[in-house]
Amino acid sequence: MAKWLNPRSALGLALIAAVLVALPFVAALGGQAWVRIVNFAILYVFLALGLNIVVGFAGLLDLGYIAFYAVGAYVYALLASPHFGLHLPFWAILPIGAVLACGFGVALGSPTLKLRGDYLAIVTLGFGEIIRIFLNNLNAPVNITNGAQGVTLIDPIAVGGFKFSAASQIFGLTVSGPQKYYFFLVALALLVIVINLRLQHSRIGRAWQAIREDEIAAKAIGINTRNIKLLAFAMGASFGGIAGGIFSAMQGFVSPESFSLIESVMVLAMVVLGGMGHIPGVILGAVLLTVLPEVLRYGVGPIQQVVFGKVLVDPESLRMLIFGLALVLVMRWKPAGLWPSPERRRELAETRAEKL
Amino acid sequence: MRFVPLKLSLSALAVCSAFALTACGQKEEPKAAAPAAAPAPAAKPEITVKIGHAAPMTGPQAHLGKDNENGARLAIEDLNAKGLEIGGAKVKFELLGEDDQADPKQGTIVAQKLIDAKVNGVIGHLNSGTTIPASKLYADAGIPQISGSATNPKYTQQGFATAFRVMANDVQQGKALGEFASKQGVKTVAIVDDRTAYGQGLADEFRKSAEAAGLKVVASEYTNDKATDFKAILTKIKSTKADLVFYGGMDAQGGPMVKQMKELGIKARFLGGDGVCTPEFMKLGGDASEGNFCSLPGMPLEKLAKGPGFKEAFSKKFNAEIQLYAPYLYDAVMVMAEAMKRANSVEPAKYLPEVGKTKHDGVTALIEFDEKGDLKSGAISLYQYKGGKLDYVETLGGGAVATAKAEVKEAVAEVKEAAKAVGEAAKEVAKEGVKAGAEAVKAGAEAAKEGVKSGAEAVKGAADAAKAAVDKK
Amino acid sequence: MEILLQQLINGLVQGSIYALVALGYTMVYGIMGLINFAHGEVVMIGTLVTISVAGLLLKLGLPVALAGGAGLLAAVAVCMALGWGLERIAYRPLRNAPRLTPLITAIGMSIVLQNVAMLVWGRNYLTFPAIAPKAQFEFAGASFTAVQVMIVLVSALTMAGLLVLIYRTRLGMAMRATSQNPQVASLMGVNVNRVIAAAFVIGSALGAVAGVMVGSYYEIAHYQMGFMLGLKAFTAAVLGGIGNLAGAMAGGVLLGIIEALGAGYIGDLTGGFLGSHYQDIFAFIVLIGVLMFRPSGLFGEKTGDRA
Repeated sequence: MAKWLNPRSALGLALIAAVLVALPFVAALGGQAWVRIVNFAILYVFLALGLNIVVGFAGLLDLGYIAFYAVGAYVYALLASPHFGLHLPFWAILPIGAVLACGFGVALGSPTLKLRGDYLAIVTLGFGEIIRIFLNNLNAPVNITNGAQGVTLIDPIAVGGFKFSAASQIFGLTVSGPQKYYFFLVALALLVIVINLRLQHSRIGRAWQAIREDEIAAKAIGINTRNIKLLAFAMGASFGGIAGGIFSAMQGFVSPESFSLIESVMVLAMVVLGGMGHIPGVILGAVLLTVLPEVLRYGVGPIQQVVFGKVLVDPESLRMLIFGLALVLVMRWKPAGLWPSPERRRELAETRAEKL
Repeated sequence: MRFVPLKLSLSALAVCSAFALTACGQKEEPKAAAPAAAPAPAAKPEITVKIGHAAPMTGPQAHLGKDNENGARLAIEDLNAKGLEIGGAKVKFELLGEDDQADPKQGTIVAQKLIDAKVNGVIGHLNSGTTIPASKLYADAGIPQISGSATNPKYTQQGFATAFRVMANDVQQGKALGEFASKQGVKTVAIVDDRTAYGQGLADEFRKSAEAAGLKVVASEYTNDKATDFKAILTKIKSTKADLVFYGGMDAQGGPMVKQMKELGIKARFLGGDGVCTPEFMKLGGDASEGNFCSLPGMPLEKLAKGPGFKEAFSKKFNAEIQLYAPYLYDAVMVMAEAMKRANSVEPAKYLPEVGKTKHDGVTALIEFDEKGDLKSGAISLYQYKGGKLDYVETLGGGAVATAKAEVKEAVAEVKEAAKAVGEAAKEVAKEGVKAGAEAVKAGAEAAKEGVKSGAEAVKGAADAAKAAVDKK
Repeated sequence: MEILLQQLINGLVQGSIYALVALGYTMVYGIMGLINFAHGEVVMIGTLVTISVAGLLLKLGLPVALAGGAGLLAAVAVCMALGWGLERIAYRPLRNAPRLTPLITAIGMSIVLQNVAMLVWGRNYLTFPAIAPKAQFEFAGASFTAVQVMIVLVSALTMAGLLVLIYRTRLGMAMRATSQNPQVASLMGVNVNRVIAAAFVIGSALGAVAGVMVGSYYEIAHYQMGFMLGLKAFTAAVLGGIGNLAGAMAGGVLLGIIEALGAGYIGDLTGGFLGSHYQDIFAFIVLIGVLMFRPSGLFGEKTGDRA
């Protein structure tokens, strides 16, 4: 820990802090919409870090991660909207959402403990779909989720009379709704990052790593693989649950279509593309995959206009095409991700050398 | 290992913070500029009114989004050509188009953009899925929003004073479909929906209305909006021997569904909403679609007084056919402009109350809002698939209002003739009454027509009805 | 009774389609332990190529059988090339990469193929030309069409053909050797690269055949049709035990029948609480149930730990 007191590190941290504080105001120059985009990027950082625990640390391939996000989102939506007439404060709901998502994580984890690799992938995928389909259909016989119509009028996050959805004056500075959410998200994200960093180098983190590398060996040295695996599922799920709750509050509306399989795939792509198991890499992956499509959206059309004099290909399809190609090419040249952990990079180099 | 990234970030951050600092310096500028951009008080001779428009301009629904935008653009140009004056200043309307990609997340982002741009009002969005989350932002900002195509009832049920729509919603459509089914002499129905917000909503309303009309729902089955195989649920429906299969969903599923009904030897008829009322449905359903029914909100353009004129102006201007909702978008802009004029202000807060009091004789209908912001009487028209074309059958619910003018004209002719035969006095009364009816549009039309139809007592009836209309006035 | 029979026929046909697609997954998986997530897209390309080629030939006035045959051949040729290209470009360079890497590549390829298909064939639903016989039969109150019979026959024959290929030919022996241990196989003189490429090419050819079957059955095609189909087929392959050809067939048919019976009867059995809106999850629930007791699927061998 002494490293943190090193003056250079301290300066670095101060600079990071300064940038994080300034970012929403800089982004706001391009319009509050960009602050919203930054907020979604942080939300995906959340999700990617949660999934990273399951996939990156423990090596369990999870293709249904978005289900926990959905659980968190619906818990918030149902407990803070006119749907049931409940309006609990956010600090009560977010933990409930996290605990419930955690419960679902264990529920998913326990029957699948014996499964490996691809079998686990398809079962988690199925689990994600099951949750989504239930959310879509639980409007009859008893209306719980309001089905495909979704839940509207969800309360924004508020502390007393201080609402996060509207702009207000703080120290003479106008802070907009999205900017407030930004600071809330950054604070939570920092907390999550610290938890992740501490976890990684804890006993539990090393146990996960042991399971990832060789489950039988891990068992042999006395690791309770069952509990440790369940813990990975539970922890990952609770981060997803919290992210879902915030999504609900930010959007004010949730419906099952926001939790389709492709979202799970996107989050997984963030983790793998950034560098599985390496926290800075995962953050990079999440930010890149949320911001890149936005940049492409505003870039692809105008660039065609300049080069060819007209828009030849619908920007939306070109955007997805470039996105797909980027996934393929990055994996081709950097199979361990854009920013892998140093150990992982070394291992990979060794195995390559062996093969040669 | 931790030093490498930190060093990297050090230099990177230095650059970033430099940016941040300069940015902070500039930050005051837009703030100062903001009031100027907002509609200024009447001191200036010309003011610009920004109307925001949001719809998917890329992706699978791009053609519909473009159509919507064209509809709104045409209205804006007509308004500018007219040279409206509001609050003593000449007004120039400007359309700010945004692409929401039919994605709820993107919907809130572009809504935020429009609010940042300080638009005076918003027309859109196209899909209910984007309209609903965006409506919250507009409501918080106090900006009136009129959608010409979002049909989910939830949109106006949220209690936002700013949310309006100029199209019949799914409740109104489902209700009309149920009434139509019972008029066809159907006794038992099977209901299938695709579990989307649209399909489920429509099917639920159809169920209510069908049951109210005394029909028996013998099967409720479900599919999804990506399915291609419906044999399992259709086999089950076959065993219930239903007279009619109602489908709440889109053409891509409806088409193959009628085909598979035929393959399984199901004799029941097929009925669906606007999602299957498309040429695509007939292409995919082939022969099997022949003779079945579907509905569209509103009236066919040819049947409307201003319809053909709009169609011509549209195709002349954009060199394109109307896809679907363009006339509704046109009306939405007009409703907004009229409200501004009545309030004598373009300030959202000032003209918002006037939007609710709208009584606009538009291209698509006589537009009046109820307390929620829905059309007071949304007309629904039914069509039959015949020889690869959609044949107009009839209009239910609110039809009298929408076509009031045309029908009154008919009534005028009929009444005149009948009146001649009977005598001078009756003629006078009828004429007067009809004139009043034409002016009032709102009432009398149906009554007048009915009166005419009743044969021998035609004149007397018409006169009475007309008199009633006069009295009402 | 006739309803039950009809539902069984529905399930059998749907299941045969799953099986045909599942064979392609299992073929590749059996040899290199890789899920080719883009296989559904290969099927889609097969359908769309047939539409273009057969549609054009029909327009030129060629007889139906000839146009259909040419469409099928064209689809098989294009898909074989596509399968070879996929392996060469996307998967071969990653053979020693971490396990999740080729999975992301596969997802990337699947996005690329979908969007390319959309640019070529457009966003709209396409109707499949009528190249299959239209005859309809009745049996004990249940009706079925010639296309349905054809689908069941083709998938049974294909599986039989594959079994012969794997267990009776030199290439098959090389494939089995590669699947057991690529290094040793290459020491024994097996050209591992060629064997793996062959698996991709054969799997993709099967995908093309499946695409033509799907197209002529539903008479509708779309650039996104491969995704759901691929997912279901993959589920079927896992259910039967991925890597096992007979397992893929059994898993496919089982899945089809579960779905049909589930949609047809669960609603009545549960008093309307679970109806056909849960059709898509019956398959997953059965899958989870089976895997809890047989973690390698119904017919799968115990796989090594290669995660």
